[in-house]
Amino acid sequence: MEKKQIDIDLIVMGGSSGSLDVILNIFTLLDEGLTIPIIIVVHRNKNADANLVKVLSAKTNLIVKEADEKEFIKSGNIYLAPPDYHLLIENDKSLSLDISAKVQYSRPSIDVTFQSASNVYKSKLLGIILSGANSDGAAGLATIKKNGGRIIIQDPATAQIPYMPQQAIAQTKADDTFTVKAMAFYINDLVK
Amino acid sequence: MIENKLLEKLLTDIYNLYGYDFTQYSKASLQRRINSFYTKSKITDYAEFLEKLAYQPYFTNFIEEITVNVTEMFRDPSFYKALKEKVIPVLATYPFIRVWHAGCSTGEEVYSLAILLKEAGILDKSLLYATDINESVIKNAKSGIFPIQIMKNYTENYVSAGGLADFSTYYQANYNLAKFDASLTKRMVFSTHNLVSDSSFNEFQLIICRNVLIYFNQELQDKVLQLFDKSLEKLGFLALGSKESLRFSTIAEKYTQIDTKDKLWRKSK
Repeated sequence: MEKKQIDIDLIVMGGSSGSLDVILNIFTLLDEGLTIPIIIVVHRNKNADANLVKVLSAKTNLIVKEADEKEFIKSGNIYLAPPDYHLLIENDKSLSLDISAKVQYSRPSIDVTFQSASNVYKSKLLGIILSGANSDGAAGLATIKKNGGRIIIQDPATAQIPYMPQQAIAQTKADDTFTVKAMAFYINDLVK
Repeated sequence: MIENKLLEKLLTDIYNLYGYDFTQYSKASLQRRINSFYTKSKITDYAEFLEKLAYQPYFTNFIEEITVNVTEMFRDPSFYKALKEKVIPVLATYPFIRVWHAGCSTGEEVYSLAILLKEAGILDKSLLYATDINESVIKNAKSGIFPIQIMKNYTENYVSAGGLADFSTYYQANYNLAKFDASLTKRMVFSTHNLVSDSSFNEFQLIICRNVLIYFNQELQDKVLQLFDKSLEKLGFLALGSKESLRFSTIAEKYTQIDTKDKLWRKSK
């Protein structure tokens, strides 16, 4: 992998069907000393998966938690968008929740979080799109790119449902398309 | 696009010109909704936007679009179950029950509560005050008419909330609309009320304000919670949305959370 001097303050990661396995795999590979906070937006049933935080926590020593409204983004924490709420980022780098209309048939919507994060973090944001069955996230990645941030798309050939990565590739130009392992290594390399 | 700096100016202008104060709203989501309104309206510049806002129907529509009016009946069924099991039996012991539903939007949750009160046999001695900043959603709420196609969804919520009856007995279907029973609407009082600027107007035994505080910054949240505290009887109940809390507010010490999962508090002092 080519080494670049990249300054990233926040990672936003989004996926839908088939993304949970990928996230779990990435988590097992993340360095314990990862200081860059990560926000994860996955589409899920609003009444299900109360245990998702637990499932994810089991794979990493980093702190995994569901995002609380108005809490400040802390270094080394991993935040999960709560089911049935959009997750946004305020200028002071705190989190806020919103239960307005679905975007791309989704709440939480990846586009909403990505665009809002990009508005605050500009070039210091890394956006990652994983496996999924709708086109949520593609517009968000385009915004990140436009604001000078970095974007990574899961290699559609490695995605359980390639539609979401394919849509992302069609709507914007990825800095890289990566396998799952490569994504984890890329993230770990950001802090070295 | 309304960028960060222009947003501040717009909010100040709206306050000075029309008296609506959005300056303490959570900016990220407000900005997103303002921008989506701005894009839809095909406005070319800020001056034109401000000029258009001076036109009353346009302004009303603007307020409607930038405030969130997504709601459903028996939203979070477990919350209604907790209300039914832990709050309603206490309310039943009072001779007269006053409830304030603050930020009621199109009224779905007000009807949900009315149904629970009816099933407990105490609706006739209850009054449900339902308020919202938006005039048009209040009109909607008052009509008691909702689209029929979501009734299936609401019926499921109702059943999970522990509803006792056949849900369809509460409304009459007419083409694609469901009109809710007048016996429910009869116990409701609708009015516009702005939580930011309007004051307390009565004393209640239960105040329900779910998924409204999330749109406010912490300072405004605390101000509104103080307004609720002022409007709540001793031993009264306060219900918030599933991601909202009293934790950081100045009224927290006076309240005990009676249900850890569902956001219900009781005033102790």
